[in-house]
Amino acid sequence: MSSVDAPPDSPAEAAEPEAPRDAVREALLGRLTEELGSEIVGSHIRVGDDLWVRVTRDAWPSVADIVSRKMKFRFFDFLSGLDWLPSPFGRDMDSQEDITVHGTLPKELPPMASGYAGGDTRFQVFARVYSLTDHIGITFKADLPDDDLSVGTWSTVYAGANWHERECWEMYGFSFNGHPHLKHLYLPGGFEGNPLRKDFPLLARRVKPWPGIIDVEPMPGVADEEGGE
Amino acid sequence: MSVSPFGVLGSAPVLAGLDPPYWAATLIKVGVVAVLVPTTALILGIVFLFKVMSWMQSRLGPQEAGPKGLLQLLADGAKFIQKQDIIPDAADRFVFKVAPMVVLISTFLLYVIIPAGPSVVVESLDTGVFFALAMSSVSVIGILMAGWGSANKFALMSGIRAAGQLIAYELPMVLAVVGVVIQAGTMNLNGIIAAQADFKLFGVVPFPLFLLTQFPMFLVFLAAAQAELTQPPFDMPVAESELVGGYQVEYSGFRFLFFFMGEFATAFAFAALASVLFLGGWSLPFVASNSDLYTSTAFWLIGPAVLFTKIMLVSFLIFWFRFTYPRFREDQLQKVCWKYLIPTCLVWVSFTAIAKVVW
Amino acid sequence: MAAPVSERDQLAYISNQAADARVNLEFESEGMTLNMGPQHPATHGTLRILAKLDGERVISCEPMPGYMHRGYEKLCEVRTYPQVTTLVNRIDWLGSFANEVPWILAAEKLMGIEAPPRAQHIRTILFELSRIGNIALFLGDLGIQLGGITVGFYAFRDREHVLNQVEAVTGGRFHPNFDRIGGLKDDLPKGWIAETKAAMVKVQKFCDQVEDLLIGNEIFQARTRGIGIIPPHVAESYGLSGANARGSGIDWDLRRDNCPPGLVYDKCDWTVWTHPDGDSFSRSWIRLQETREAAKIVDQLLDTIPSGAIMAKVPRIIKVPEGEAYVATENPLGEMGYYLVSKGDLNPFRVKIRSASFNNISIVPWLCKGVYVPDVISILASLYFILGDIDR
Repeated sequence: MSSVDAPPDSPAEAAEPEAPRDAVREALLGRLTEELGSEIVGSHIRVGDDLWVRVTRDAWPSVADIVSRKMKFRFFDFLSGLDWLPSPFGRDMDSQEDITVHGTLPKELPPMASGYAGGDTRFQVFARVYSLTDHIGITFKADLPDDDLSVGTWSTVYAGANWHERECWEMYGFSFNGHPHLKHLYLPGGFEGNPLRKDFPLLARRVKPWPGIIDVEPMPGVADEEGGE
Repeated sequence: MSVSPFGVLGSAPVLAGLDPPYWAATLIKVGVVAVLVPTTALILGIVFLFKVMSWMQSRLGPQEAGPKGLLQLLADGAKFIQKQDIIPDAADRFVFKVAPMVVLISTFLLYVIIPAGPSVVVESLDTGVFFALAMSSVSVIGILMAGWGSANKFALMSGIRAAGQLIAYELPMVLAVVGVVIQAGTMNLNGIIAAQADFKLFGVVPFPLFLLTQFPMFLVFLAAAQAELTQPPFDMPVAESELVGGYQVEYSGFRFLFFFMGEFATAFAFAALASVLFLGGWSLPFVASNSDLYTSTAFWLIGPAVLFTKIMLVSFLIFWFRFTYPRFREDQLQKVCWKYLIPTCLVWVSFTAIAKVVW
Repeated sequence: MAAPVSERDQLAYISNQAADARVNLEFESEGMTLNMGPQHPATHGTLRILAKLDGERVISCEPMPGYMHRGYEKLCEVRTYPQVTTLVNRIDWLGSFANEVPWILAAEKLMGIEAPPRAQHIRTILFELSRIGNIALFLGDLGIQLGGITVGFYAFRDREHVLNQVEAVTGGRFHPNFDRIGGLKDDLPKGWIAETKAAMVKVQKFCDQVEDLLIGNEIFQARTRGIGIIPPHVAESYGLSGANARGSGIDWDLRRDNCPPGLVYDKCDWTVWTHPDGDSFSRSWIRLQETREAAKIVDQLLDTIPSGAIMAKVPRIIKVPEGEAYVATENPLGEMGYYLVSKGDLNPFRVKIRSASFNNISIVPWLCKGVYVPDVISILASLYFILGDIDR
């Protein structure tokens, strides 16, 4: 499994020496490295935009603590999961019209590859926090091994994580140690399976195949250009 | 001198000279009330619930049934009557069935003493006002029965809220009336109207309404009437957005029609009471009570017309408040009653008593 | 897949659910369980609230969403980018253009495309129009929840002006489906600017009416002042955003503080309203002021629309390059964001939709402990949620 990104502890730098740098985010990353040390196993900075940090699974609860108490990122944005397995069902849209417009899919599925800040496993839990005073956000990720999809809870630090972790539990099957009550949020009581996993089929497409694009709307700009008012 | 079996009503031009047995006369009077109640409910419903409400809310309202939608309520009534009679499984069948009738009966009894002219009254009781207030409180039992008998938690909560509210608000209503009774010196409604027609402010200035001297009481009476009808701003028991109709939630078909009709007919009755007590009822302004106009034959039509106009005015006020204000929370409602309305009444009653003795 | 559920089990399940609504024959010693079930006028949409009551006081209150869960995140994985735009309109269906904007901006960010200035301008105008449409309905709904139904009718009447303008441009009142990666689908029709200005005047009048009729009404204030107070640190911890956060005194507005490139809020003059109290009244009042500000913003922007192209040069078949991006905007309900993971395909690999109402409603169990039942209604009305936003 390839990782998209540079080895840990070095912020993203381009080959040319005049590439723009994001001082604020690099400082944040530096501060996090101070606090967490070797628990940070990957990071990525998109200049002027966002910071991604990947930590070990065991450090996940302490990340919440550090970031909210010591670094003033007290606003909880969201928490969810990522499943990097390419979907065995493909695009589920292979009616004739789609093939004409978009072309056919390759026969083999691409290899599984993680996103920013790297990743070694199929499942990752990720969360985002935000600082209301500095107006900057950090996205955290953590790998979860396939045989033990459990991780510590953030709900003791961020109260809003409670519902997000419940949703993650029912959609992906992650269990959050220390969560007050992991019970279904969206899905009915006896639901079996974890819908957001890639190997869980989209039942709507199983039941009725995609009929294809009915109307193809011409792109503006391709048709005659009309001036504005 | 023989009293007509119709009682005071016997001097009507239509009924003069007739001498049926007492039970037949009583049946006819009951029939009159039985026709009157739905008719007034219909009139109020159409005028205020449809036309005035729609106008205030900047919309058209029903337009299809009848010319300009005026027969909408008749169509609604017909629809309700022919619906299936659904009773919830766990409901107490007897209590559930009887509850709307209890509410409606209290409304019927209210109409018995309302005078539309010096002799246009079904039964002219000397305890007129007292009888009216006592009968209006019977409906509380009906609402409690509906709340409990529906086997529905929303209905139960509503029934309990209603019990608290309706019983609490009877006090301001009674006290508001006490001032009028002291001024008039009688509880008979016709006597109160006569007293108003002859009333002289400070013994000197003729002023034919108790509205001026009892103005705070008029407002208190209107507020209490609003609460007795469980209309906004006092409609916690029927709070549509929380209790989804409260004690009426399990009722459908003609049982719901009874509640609906009872509500509007009672509104009419309370407006009639307010007109009689404070606005002079069927008396015309500045015409003394022993004038010949009142005993003339034409007054059998003029009297009801005058009363009807005053009732429409008061109803407009009641419904105007209904459509404008949000609702009070239950404890705020009780606070308004016990901390504001009742002390105002007590103060004004004592003032009235003193003024009556002095002037 | 599991064996089909037998009819007996189905009936048992249904009667279990229904039993919550009946008066129990055994004496419930710790109070009554009241199920403000999926169909209820107070919960705008199918939200179920399970409340344990002691008389009229709430001991515990648990909202149970999911009756409208449509599985958006899974659906997005099998749709192309323009198809997702159509889908995403329906998350917050009252301010529907507002849902498309962060999605399109996230895709544009990964593609490195910037919409032409005219498109950015009109996008912002439509965004603010959707904000007015959404919050005008909130103000009406506030009245309806609390019993002053007349305001609700005025809200619907005056919202029509805004919806007419949106329809004139996009062809859809409720689901415009107008934003495209690289710009907008079409240009403005003739006469639209003058009509929209007239509509904004009507909106301002409506706001004044609401202030007279509802916000300034003593009974309304008695029902909402001091009810449902949310301290700011609790608000942050739960992730409350939008007027709910500003109602607790947090001075934060994504339009001013973190405006994504693609919207032109820096080109006009407007204020962010906050209120220190944190109760239901402050949230309602702030939304009223926000509607006025939105009308002001639209007014200013209408005067300064630059001319030019409405759409940048974008390939016909859209394939967003590999990467991840998160864009959040200040939607009418709060902060709405899309975390887009793309693998260079026709359809996104993963879309995480951060919807405002999800976080806003998660505070209800904490907030409604010990309040009266009517106050629950007032709190829910002031927190303001759309079911599609909670349930996605």
